[in-house]
Amino acid sequence: MLALFRRELQIGVRTGNGALTGVLFFLAVVAVIPFGVGPDLNLLARIGPAILWIGALLAGLLGLERLFQADREDGSLDLMLLADSRHMRALTVFVKCCAHWTVNVLPLVVVTPLLGLFMNVEPAGILAATATLAVGTPAITFIGAVGAALAVALPRGGLLVSVLVLPLTIPVLIFGVAAARGAVADPDPFLPPFLILAALMLFFAVIGPLAASLALRWGGD
Amino acid sequence: MGSGMTNATPQASTLSGRLTALANPTRFLALADSLVPWLGGLALAVLAVGFYMAFAAPEDYQQGITVRIMYIHVPFAWLAMFCYSLMAISALGTLVWKHPLADVALKAAAPIGAAFTALALFTGSVWGKPMWGTWWVWDARLTSVFILLLMYLGIIALTRAMDDPGRSARAAAILTLVGFVNIPIIKFSVDWWNTLHQPASVFRLDGPTIHASLLWPLLICALGFTLLFVTLHLMAMRADIWRRRVVAMRRLSARAAERAAR
Repeated sequence: MLALFRRELQIGVRTGNGALTGVLFFLAVVAVIPFGVGPDLNLLARIGPAILWIGALLAGLLGLERLFQADREDGSLDLMLLADSRHMRALTVFVKCCAHWTVNVLPLVVVTPLLGLFMNVEPAGILAATATLAVGTPAITFIGAVGAALAVALPRGGLLVSVLVLPLTIPVLIFGVAAARGAVADPDPFLPPFLILAALMLFFAVIGPLAASLALRWGGD
Repeated sequence: MGSGMTNATPQASTLSGRLTALANPTRFLALADSLVPWLGGLALAVLAVGFYMAFAAPEDYQQGITVRIMYIHVPFAWLAMFCYSLMAISALGTLVWKHPLADVALKAAAPIGAAFTALALFTGSVWGKPMWGTWWVWDARLTSVFILLLMYLGIIALTRAMDDPGRSARAAAILTLVGFVNIPIIKFSVDWWNTLHQPASVFRLDGPTIHASLLWPLLICALGFTLLFVTLHLMAMRADIWRRRVVAMRRLSARAAERAAR
């Protein structure tokens, strides 16, 4: 499993400039918002955490359809699925998700503080947004794995993956933004939504890989 | 026959035996043919009675005549969730028992469920405009039902995206099961988040809080719409089986023509 993780990391870092594209997309989404709502710094400070979350959500969906497709094209996906007796299929998917998150989504979390400064979010809010993103974005990857597994055989499944996955990520978004806002706005609490967010992430860490491995097994040719 | 449609050996008496017997599409078609006219007629009759009672029922002292929207809005919303639950059960049937009819049931139910969900949202917003003063609020229940509509559309898109019916059925089944987490959220959203939409007033542990003169027309309308849903669902399943047969026959005839040309 560690070997698989290392392999995925190497492939992700070497072949794809996926991380860079994701970060650029994130940057672009966040940069477009002030043009849309106007450069009022107070307003931006208020909606800043929400914008960071939406940007990260959209950027996190970007490379998802390649999660299994590349492996399917060169046949290694079949090998991973056949090795079920040694390595549980769901565990394989889980490790692939973790590697995908490390390569493609972790950079987004890293640049979040910088973008938070652009949005005039105060330091506590930036910290909270970064923390909630670090905890919440794995859930997006785990949910996305289900969509990616369902659409693995489709030639242009990228858009379909986003359409299938976005409704399911809404709870994560709700509690992520609620926690990020709770750190800034005074009456709203930070800890309860943050803990629910963590619980959601753990829940999807189980459900996502299980469903994705089922989809891969039954959807394969 | 079309892929996935195998002839099962007839077994009698037990429920699973009967379900297995229905896996034979010809037998299912015969059953559907005999049921659809009766169910359809019954649905229309019950709906006629329900609508009559709904218009004869007294107006609400606060809401006035707009309360009558409830008699169609609430059944639509119930059916939106009922249809998704039915699809989730069908998904289990597809994945666990590999029952060919379950594939068809799931695929046929999705557009009907989407239509009922859209109608529930539409009638709700028509009611909301005079009562809440707005067409739409981002209230917990409204939002979760809107997500339900999105999931219906996603399932429809997924079933349409794949050519092989067996594979698309399995993919749709998995997506349906994953999306089922939304159903309890819809049901309990009015209890968990204290927002604009009124809490449950019919199915409560301490009995319905709605007056009997309004409750009876509502229940009869709900029964009528459920019958209508079952009729539509059977018709859609029948159409889908016929569609698969046509595809299979076309394939056969194409193969025969190819052989003749050789």
